[in-house]
Amino acid sequence: MEWVAVAGGFVAAAVRAGTPLLWAALGETLTERSGVINLGVEGAMLVGALAGTLGGFAGGPWVGVIAAAGAGGVASLVFAVLAIVARADQIITGTAITLGAVGVTGIVFRRAFGSTGPGLDLETFPSVSVPLLHRIPVLGEGLFHQPALTYLAVLVAGALAWFVFRTRWGLALRAVGESPEAARAAGISVRSVQLVATVVGGVAAGIGGATLVLAQVGTFAEKMTAGRGFIAIAIVVLGRWHPMGVLAAALFFGGASALQFLFQAMGFDVPYQLFLMLPYLLALAALTGVVGKARGPAALGVSSDEG
Amino acid sequence: MNRWMTVRRSIAAVLGGLGLLAIGLVAAGYDPGAAFGALFRGAFGSWYAFSSATLPRSVPLIILGLGFAIAYRSGALNIGGEGQFLVGAIAATWLGGMMGGVPPVLAIPIVLAGSVVAGALWIAIPVLLRLRFGVLEVISTLLLNFVAEALVSLMVQGPLQEAKGIYPQSDPIAVPSRLPIVGGTRLHLGFFLALALIGAAWFLFHRTLLGFRMKAIGLGPKAAHLVGRISVGSLLAVSLLVSGAIAGLAGGVEVTGVTYALFQNLSPGYGFTAIAVALLARGHPLGIVAAGVLFGALEAGAGAMQRDAGIPAVAVYVVQAVTIIIVLLADATLRRRPTPAAAT
Repeated sequence: MEWVAVAGGFVAAAVRAGTPLLWAALGETLTERSGVINLGVEGAMLVGALAGTLGGFAGGPWVGVIAAAGAGGVASLVFAVLAIVARADQIITGTAITLGAVGVTGIVFRRAFGSTGPGLDLETFPSVSVPLLHRIPVLGEGLFHQPALTYLAVLVAGALAWFVFRTRWGLALRAVGESPEAARAAGISVRSVQLVATVVGGVAAGIGGATLVLAQVGTFAEKMTAGRGFIAIAIVVLGRWHPMGVLAAALFFGGASALQFLFQAMGFDVPYQLFLMLPYLLALAALTGVVGKARGPAALGVSSDEG
Repeated sequence: MNRWMTVRRSIAAVLGGLGLLAIGLVAAGYDPGAAFGALFRGAFGSWYAFSSATLPRSVPLIILGLGFAIAYRSGALNIGGEGQFLVGAIAATWLGGMMGGVPPVLAIPIVLAGSVVAGALWIAIPVLLRLRFGVLEVISTLLLNFVAEALVSLMVQGPLQEAKGIYPQSDPIAVPSRLPIVGGTRLHLGFFLALALIGAAWFLFHRTLLGFRMKAIGLGPKAAHLVGRISVGSLLAVSLLVSGAIAGLAGGVEVTGVTYALFQNLSPGYGFTAIAVALLARGHPLGIVAAGVLFGALEAGAGAMQRDAGIPAVAVYVVQAVTIIIVLLADATLRRRPTPAAAT
């Protein structure tokens, strides 16, 4: 019965590690569907993580989540103003936003907590059990005994899929991402759609950062997102810009991060750095295998000239 | 194009970055006067500060900035300079450890060549993925940065760890593989090597057909292909490989000229700062020297700022980010596309 506990622990760890990725990747899915690629999603996660920590200390985990959502939204608003309104290069603007987020969070974090850091007494989200289901062997612990933010992320994935493919607004969003000219001719304000999609995407990335702190690590550290935002971008490609595909891809990457736990539990002695590399290598492999077959929004990353 | 306008805008961008940092510091409750005082003293306060803190820190920025610029002018974005720098440093540490008893005129070129090869091999993966599978080099080079960081960590706790086996760092490299130093300072040969590379790059872009073609595919790949009969794919591959090789060299120069050993956090984000350097210079070789020294001064001053005024050194990232953004905005508003069309 030993392996049941190990496998159950692995599934739980995979879901836990996958949740911040899922939030960020769902946000980026929305953004990219409008034809905007936001590399600042890494920065939005980072400011979300810090705002989540500060808000969590001030008023508990839910206040932290709201603060993180706001911070992620503001970071992406800055990106949106520069890249969409002023039409600066999206890739470099996104990189700059991430760089700026590292600096800003560094200053604020030191100011708020000194050089010693906040310690570990931050109140985090408790795990909530779904009655009966959480007793399912192996899967129950991982899927039905999780913090509220995990369940919420899955609901958001479903809602986003419905929104993108079943509503008029979703149609407008996809039209903007596929052919801005046609969308404009149909009376859609391309820039407004892209602005909203980018800011809302940043809100989700901010919540992803808060998830990292409030449902996983329990404290903030400088540069703690460590490229998760970039992995989220790979997840969007792997999930083929579909929220349900993104959900599966995020779980897959969560599993990759959790392999370390599995191998240690099984007693294999493998250098831990190999596990640190794994998600990034998998992201590369995913991009390689998928790019030929899946096609993103046709106008992705192209600055639109609105006359 | 009016070159002085460009220079003035670049200066305005840096001042804007510093100004926003000042506002941020005031908002966070720090004393900006003390902060900027420490920043200035740490960078320019004395000949020693300038020659031993500012200039050595400008070396990796100039070399990495040049590496970024070479790809950028051909319309490719190599955001992986940080990773190529690190694998270059690994190669230099490994080779440098074996150079005991070898004359320096042999040891130094061997070690630096190793770092060049390592950098080129590291970027060969994204080049292959781009040409064969159409994977954007922006994301692949970026992802490999994290792999390189983990690789450094693996090396200094594994094959390259010091013989004593206590700290996660390598043994110092053999003396013959260390770069000569200007007397009384910590300024090493790498600075002059960087200047020589800059000269070579200027020659490449302004006097050779290859450089002209690279610029041509950066400005318009389709036109270059149709009118100039240029093979865009292979030229892009060459410029990315050169870009990675140069970034690897920067890592080798850092190990042989400054640290003499490998450890984690070897680079305080030089690879990313170098992007700001190259953009500020708009890819122009001489501009890269000026911007590299300026940002080297910021890095040097940031250390002093953290020591004397208690402000985290990462604060200078704000300056870099704002500088990049102002340059982008200035160019975008003038309707002159800052990025060559093939960049994405």
